[in-house]
Amino acid sequence: MAEAIDHLRIVPPPRELERVPLVANQRGLGWLSDAIAGIAERKTPTWWWVAFGISVVLMSVCFSLILYLMSTGVGVWGLGHPVMWGWAIVNFVWWIGIGHAGTLISAILFLLRQRWRTAVNRAAEAMTIFAVMCAGIYPVIHIGRIWYGWWLLPFPNSNSIWPQFRSPLMWDVFAVSTYFTVSVLFWYMGLIPDLAVMRDRSKSRLRQALYGFFALGWTGSNRHWSNYERAYLILAGLSTPLVLSVHSIVSLDFAVSQLPGWHTTIFPPYFVAGAVFSGFGMVLTLLIPIRKICKLEEVITMKHIEVMCKVTLATGSIVGYAYTMEVFIAWYSGNAFERFAFWNRAFGPYWWAYWTMLSCNVFIPQLFWFRKVRRNLYAVFIISICVNIGMWFERFVIIVTSLNREFLPSNWNYYIPTWVDICTFIGTFGLFFTFFLLFMRFVPIVAIAEVKGVTPQADPHHPLGGAKLGGGH
Amino acid sequence: MTATPTRYGLVAEFETPAATMHAAARLRDEGFQHWDVFTPYPVHGMDKAMGLKSSKVGWFSFLGGVTGYTTGMLMIWFMNKLDYPIPVGGKPLFSPFSAFPPSYELTILFGSFGALLGMLFLNRLPRLHHPLLKHRRFALASHDRFFIVVETSDPRYREGETRTLLESLGSTQVEPVEE
Repeated sequence: MAEAIDHLRIVPPPRELERVPLVANQRGLGWLSDAIAGIAERKTPTWWWVAFGISVVLMSVCFSLILYLMSTGVGVWGLGHPVMWGWAIVNFVWWIGIGHAGTLISAILFLLRQRWRTAVNRAAEAMTIFAVMCAGIYPVIHIGRIWYGWWLLPFPNSNSIWPQFRSPLMWDVFAVSTYFTVSVLFWYMGLIPDLAVMRDRSKSRLRQALYGFFALGWTGSNRHWSNYERAYLILAGLSTPLVLSVHSIVSLDFAVSQLPGWHTTIFPPYFVAGAVFSGFGMVLTLLIPIRKICKLEEVITMKHIEVMCKVTLATGSIVGYAYTMEVFIAWYSGNAFERFAFWNRAFGPYWWAYWTMLSCNVFIPQLFWFRKVRRNLYAVFIISICVNIGMWFERFVIIVTSLNREFLPSNWNYYIPTWVDICTFIGTFGLFFTFFLLFMRFVPIVAIAEVKGVTPQADPHHPLGGAKLGGGH
Repeated sequence: MTATPTRYGLVAEFETPAATMHAAARLRDEGFQHWDVFTPYPVHGMDKAMGLKSSKVGWFSFLGGVTGYTTGMLMIWFMNKLDYPIPVGGKPLFSPFSAFPPSYELTILFGSFGALLGMLFLNRLPRLHHPLLKHRRFALASHDRFFIVVETSDPRYREGETRTLLESLGSTQVEPVEE
């Protein structure tokens, strides 16, 4: 009998072909709960208070300047004919683009069965929500008379006027608000089992009551899991077309206009690729320090970092292709205005912005072809910052260089932001990090139940999950 | 009133997913009805081992999606064609093409609410009080242990027999739970 079993024993693959485990050092289920939930249970560390203090100050700067804008008027910004869309719209598109990586990780990679996503999806989805919050401020404050912002919504007003649904700007209102709502739903649904973990671990009555309330009485019943997993799959299936539509619609704000440099059909896919690219840049910027500070190196491993670098490289190259294609089409169209718009981008008064964009988005990420670079955390961190900067400049280039030299040369102008523009933008980082730090403090920053599910200990057909050798069923 | 607590069921603790799944398959074959498996994460293959039917969440989401799309189209038609027409350059007052993006977004929005609320409805959540949540060891169900609970309301439940069955299936600990 023993000989027969010996005979059936499967020969393990050679070392170099073995899959890198998603959780290092064969950590078990309980360890994962302790390591991840522990971050939100320990005494608040000093660095957190420092970071939180700075963030709150910056956030107040943001809100004070919005108040200043409201009380004084849009003249406090650097806008002036013909550049009537400046930093506000640049920042809007930049922030909303950042959010896209979170949805890509949580939805698209889920549909593609990328199991590594479990270690990063919670933090990335939180990033999405907070980035969309920062983005959402700008369209409202850039309209000038902010107190009429609610006219954007199809809500009966005293003039009996309804919004104009033929405008992409109106579509944007629906796209962005749906995106925010669905991201929150998806994030919260993912949180339910983990809030139950927090509830079951809590020592104090208050924590137990609060986590218990938000966990909705989750017990981990398999009858519940069955519905839960189906709902999760559906939400992933709905978020995928959603995330693709959001930045497509944002790009239509530009593409539907008649302006050279904006009026192109390549915009929707190009914007989506750029959004995912910038989002992965931000995910890397956030997670590299977090995994170190929170001692999560065994959960967010080098493999995770490396895979994300590869996605950044791929999307960065798509963006590079789009830049090239734009220039080619401008030349090939034979349209003098179109040709001028692109010549002006590269060699006009904003040449420095164009070349910053090109180096940060296309040239520098090519370093990710090298395994040595992908495994060097300092290099990855610096490149991820370059991606963030480059993608901000991309939106600046698209918006400002297309506007500043319009059809009539006597209208040409050089747009310079004011201190209010700059400080409001810096202030939104305060808003973002205030929420992100609160998130880190109160909820598990890694999806505990999901990471547990991808360990060998969780697999009933794996020896570590209790499966007996040769005991097939 | 000091009524004697009624028994809710038997809770059996397991250490590995394989043992739990094996035991679940056995209970399914024995014909138990009011029982459940509790795991820290969704165990792949457990639905089959328990003999569960495919989840019905999809219908809720579908219903939400259809409602969303219809709402969007009707709303835009009503606002821009019927109630307050805005003639622009001889373009049609209502066109399904320009009305599509907002309706598409509403399809997704209502469909997502359908999925989440449908899941909660089918699971009868939120339910903040549950006999199991008061059980001493049950908190480990969200940590690293696996539990099978057979309720007393099950027609096949027999105090002694069921306990022996669960123990023979490899449960490390079988305890009663009070209501």
